[in-house]
Amino acid sequence: MNDSTKNVATPPPVPKKKLQMAVYWGAACGGCCVSVLDVHEALFLVLEHADLVFWPIALDTKYKDVEAMPDKSIDLTLFNGAIRNSENEHIAKLLRQKSKVLVAYGSCAHMGGIPGLANFSTKEKLFQRVYKDTESTVNPDNIRPQTSYTVPEGELTLPVFYNDVKPLDKVVDVDYYIPGCPPQTERLVDVFKLIVTGATLPPAGSVVGVFDKGQCDCCKRTKSDNKKIKKFYRPWQIQDDGETCLLEQGIICMGPATRGGCGARCIDANMPCRGCYGPPPDVADPGAKMMSAIGTMIDSDDPMEIQEIVKGVVDPGGTFYRFSLPSALLRRTVQ
Amino acid sequence: MKRITIDPITRLEGHGKIEIFLNDAGGVDNVYFQIPELRGFETFCEGRPVEELPQIVTKICGVCPGCHHMASGKAVDAVFGVQPTPTARKLRELFYAAHYVHSHIAHFYALAAPDFVVGPTADPAKRNVIGVIEAVGAAVGTEVLKHRRYAQEIQKLLGGHQTHVVMNLPGGVSRGLNEEERKGIEEKAKSCLEFAKFSIKIFNDVVLANKTYVDIILNGPYSLNLYSMGLVDENNLVNFYDGKVRVVDQEGKEHCKYAPNEYRDWIEERVEPWSYLKFPYLKQIGWKGFVEGPDSGVYQATPLGRLNASDGMATPLAQEEYERMYATLGGSPVHATLAMHWARLVELLYAAEHLLALSQDEEICGDDLRTPLTNTPREGVGIVEAQRGTLTHHYWTDSNGIVEKANIIVGTTNNHAAICMSLKKAAQALIKEGTPPDQGVLNMVEMAFRAYDPCFSCATHSLPGHMPLEVNFHAPDGDIVRSVRR
Amino acid sequence: MSYEPKLVAFLCNWCSYTGADLAGTSRTKYSESVRIVRVMCSGRIDPTFVLKAFREGADGVLISGCHPGDCHYHEGNYKALRRYHLLTPYLVQMGIEPERIRLEWVSASEGNRFAQIVDEMTATLRTMGPSKVQATMANYA
Repeated sequence: MNDSTKNVATPPPVPKKKLQMAVYWGAACGGCCVSVLDVHEALFLVLEHADLVFWPIALDTKYKDVEAMPDKSIDLTLFNGAIRNSENEHIAKLLRQKSKVLVAYGSCAHMGGIPGLANFSTKEKLFQRVYKDTESTVNPDNIRPQTSYTVPEGELTLPVFYNDVKPLDKVVDVDYYIPGCPPQTERLVDVFKLIVTGATLPPAGSVVGVFDKGQCDCCKRTKSDNKKIKKFYRPWQIQDDGETCLLEQGIICMGPATRGGCGARCIDANMPCRGCYGPPPDVADPGAKMMSAIGTMIDSDDPMEIQEIVKGVVDPGGTFYRFSLPSALLRRTVQ
Repeated sequence: MKRITIDPITRLEGHGKIEIFLNDAGGVDNVYFQIPELRGFETFCEGRPVEELPQIVTKICGVCPGCHHMASGKAVDAVFGVQPTPTARKLRELFYAAHYVHSHIAHFYALAAPDFVVGPTADPAKRNVIGVIEAVGAAVGTEVLKHRRYAQEIQKLLGGHQTHVVMNLPGGVSRGLNEEERKGIEEKAKSCLEFAKFSIKIFNDVVLANKTYVDIILNGPYSLNLYSMGLVDENNLVNFYDGKVRVVDQEGKEHCKYAPNEYRDWIEERVEPWSYLKFPYLKQIGWKGFVEGPDSGVYQATPLGRLNASDGMATPLAQEEYERMYATLGGSPVHATLAMHWARLVELLYAAEHLLALSQDEEICGDDLRTPLTNTPREGVGIVEAQRGTLTHHYWTDSNGIVEKANIIVGTTNNHAAICMSLKKAAQALIKEGTPPDQGVLNMVEMAFRAYDPCFSCATHSLPGHMPLEVNFHAPDGDIVRSVRR
Repeated sequence: MSYEPKLVAFLCNWCSYTGADLAGTSRTKYSESVRIVRVMCSGRIDPTFVLKAFREGADGVLISGCHPGDCHYHEGNYKALRRYHLLTPYLVQMGIEPERIRLEWVSASEGNRFAQIVDEMTATLRTMGPSKVQATMANYA
């Protein structure tokens, strides 16, 4: 049960100067901001240690106010959301300049996240679908949003929509990564306490707010040492027994290739992990390890039978790279 | 032509900016509300197994992910041609009632209350949730956070992931309830119901008892004569989870009442070159521009829209409040935009009553959670009410259940045109020729926008609660001659 | 400069690499397109190796190991076989033609067979043209 007041049971002493903190979003959904607010009643305690200086979802600070801040005057910025357009990139660079520590917060900033799935497609195909071909859209003149458009009263501008979605570290240097979609609030509190108590932080570039073990080690299901899969099932094709490892029942679960930290929250609802916490450390490609592991588990030595079994993996790219496509070795479909 | 740019908009989920164009006398000529972001879910859902969509589309919004999960779950059911089991449906509604409780509480206290409890033109440093707490008592702040937490805990229990819930499967849900869990939910629901009643009491004592505020609600520049849309059950009572979409005209007469798979007979979307977000409108009336009235297809899909489009609420206390609201505001439909705040509280009461009733339902701990699937998947539409508007998910799949196409019309999207018009109307009435707008005026312009609860609803935060506004007055040659900031 | 396909071949030490060596010592003529990476067992081949090869500019990738039943480590080649069949649909989904990746069993005595496989693959790659993977991934649009 989520009792966030337990996490700050022994409050650190209140410092003389508060941590200057910012939270900003690129191509995001707001879930990471909600994860910050999910400290619930402990919010007041958090605010004793931190001043929030920029947070568009909740505060009135403007871009111009951030531009006016001295460089490195923000102690900690949590940047969530992917880099999808020129505004996301511009503000990422601005915040890098103004922040001592810049954290890629959440799956989108860490690896590209769900918006990263757009890298299976192109800007042109996306615009064509959204603005012309969707069944309820009526657009006989083929109007598309323009980055600059003149109305009778003056000029209106919009940011440039890029063809490729990028994680944050493709446009600025990132000091730390806190993974998750969104990060489990208790992990954020763990990191926050590290910072305000002045503890030594891990080396720059580290993934923090995670467990040292993998998802399978956090999962309560019973597992055997010898996983063998004769057939892959989509979750609606069988009745999960509620106890055995999902993968052993033939339901693809990203547990073996995912870092622990969320508390196996999706498994609690009997649904397979989809890998939002990202890969284990020192991995060159987030999905290839999973492919390797699953490949090993296929219970057959016969090429024809193997190919039949593999047909049960109906969307390899979208399954193994659900949250990480823009950070993969093949970060988008070939053009 | 001088202009006022508000960028970025704050206190909502997502990115937005407002351009206000002034004529030479300083009055408002036109207002453009631009959405500068697009992610393209309708494209990257293609190629995904359809049963994964309920989990993927929650990432459209981290504040109303439950809404997308439910609409998507229903669309997936329809793709497979099944209905959920009775227990599964009730578990979904239980989750959904909790989702409404948390969202409406947060919006009222953090976004709406400051304008009324502290005052629309009051000192911005006070016009925030701290000011509200000072006015109504410190215990209230803790109660707000506590009940938001209760609702989140119910969501996490049922949905696994407390934000991006994962419980829906084709034909049902993945997880049931045991008796101990049920009791826990029941206790929390009782507390939430008391808190909902208390919130209405605050609204009564602070807003309705104040003649100035009532006057602003009824006679301020915040009314639009639009069609109203909302989901209703077979008795035309408001229902968040299921039913048909009913649209009524400015007089309350029914324009249509359509089943999910009929939405394209009634709704179309248009594209403007100055916003990445599309503009839905009523197809049979047609798009006549950003204008009000029965000949214009612009409609509102909001708590007020839902109440206007219905004949009542399905639970007793909410029904009582519904009747009281309409009696006070002169009958149904109500076009005063700020009445959305009251309608939201009526819905909060309904959600809390419904949450409690479901937690006591004898089928809620049943173990029949999934309807067997026997049909070849093909196509399906799912519609629910998101807190900020009617939400439509439409999927087409191949015979293997892999998504070929998706079409999604999101809650706030319905209101894109209406928000543009509300902003323009408020700006034109409040920004007077010859008088540069001050802090209070600018906030009152924002109130037109804030009432729609555009997709973000939580800022239970003890920080300055005013929106950033910078007003640059440009001389004809483009130089900034004056800058006002707050 | 005309296009000369670059073929990266991951060969297992005990069978395929020895077979390739045999082609060499036998002075068998075959295409110069191949760049060989020796691994102890085809079961060592991580899908990451294949992806990295394409990222670094390979136009095609060959994976080769012992014939089924002959693996020096008993089962390694079966693991390679399973991973290959899982990897290929993923590559296709990413827009890489399935002909660009190939799995073959080559024993230590099959020098000629190795040469033939390389020649066949090179010819196929020549017809298909260069892989666009490296260029796509290098340019952010």
